[in-house]
Amino acid sequence: MSYSTKVLDHYENPRNVGTFGSEDEGVATGMVGAPACGDVMKLQIKVNKDGVIEDAKFKTYGCGSAIASSSLVTEWVKGKTLDEALSIKNTQIAEELALPPVKIHCSVLAEDAIKAAVADYKAKHGAMVETAACKG
Amino acid sequence: MDFNQNFFELFGIAPAYRVDPIRLEQAFRDIQAQVHPDKFAHASDAERRLSMQWATQANEAYQTLKQPLGRARYLLHLNGVELHEETNTAMSPAFLMQQMEWREAIGEAKAAGDVPGLEHLSAKLRAEIAAQQQQLAELLDNDKNFQRAAEVVRELKFMEKLREEINHALEALDA
Repeated sequence: MSYSTKVLDHYENPRNVGTFGSEDEGVATGMVGAPACGDVMKLQIKVNKDGVIEDAKFKTYGCGSAIASSSLVTEWVKGKTLDEALSIKNTQIAEELALPPVKIHCSVLAEDAIKAAVADYKAKHGAMVETAACKG
Repeated sequence: MDFNQNFFELFGIAPAYRVDPIRLEQAFRDIQAQVHPDKFAHASDAERRLSMQWATQANEAYQTLKQPLGRARYLLHLNGVELHEETNTAMSPAFLMQQMEWREAIGEAKAAGDVPGLEHLSAKLRAEIAAQQQQLAELLDNDKNFQRAAEVVRELKFMEKLREEINHALEALDA
């Protein structure tokens, strides 16, 4: 299997690898896994009081495409509101990284990781999100 | 022979997760012998084609039922439950957390060149897989709880991946 230049770039220089400290405020975690390949992905977002994602970190155990997909979405979600982050689609990820059809599930995993992280944030901070949305 | 038979019917065995591997293999060999190309050397084109289709069907059936996970997946399919392995990413958080811990432990042992550590992980994993397979047999054959069985099959896919990871690590360390 030959990887695209963009996949290799993210694979060799992954952005935002790691985990936020448990004391950090506004942090939410999304964990997902793909039974097709056994890959596991953890995506964390750090949301400021305006409901904007100011930082993101990931930890992924999987193939190059899974690592590249999660690395890419940590860059993409930064500066976005939760709703904007939710609008990221796996097809955009797959297109950006030029993933072959057999690796599409890696981009699905990354999209679902964003959804899971946002759902976790909303579950923890339901009231606050509503307030922010009303202001906006 | 009837092309509408399912794989279990083809081999004349009960549709279950627990199968006798010797009986399964014997049933496969019997069909193979019946449809062997040598027996159709002087047959018509149509008959030869049909025997080829049978050989292919029997081969696919055997490859599917031989492996425990393939058999489980097929049983679920017969009962209208699909696994959606490509798109179903919502595993339980506790399970995924455990997976992360397994991967970290394997990574650390590999980085430290800790062969006994990897072998210990391998033994622990084998025990967990055996327990999961036991549970799967209960769910499929006794409880007929196909939704829960599908979850266990999905979990076992991750366990298989862990087994590969440990084996790769041991190979890399030339153990």
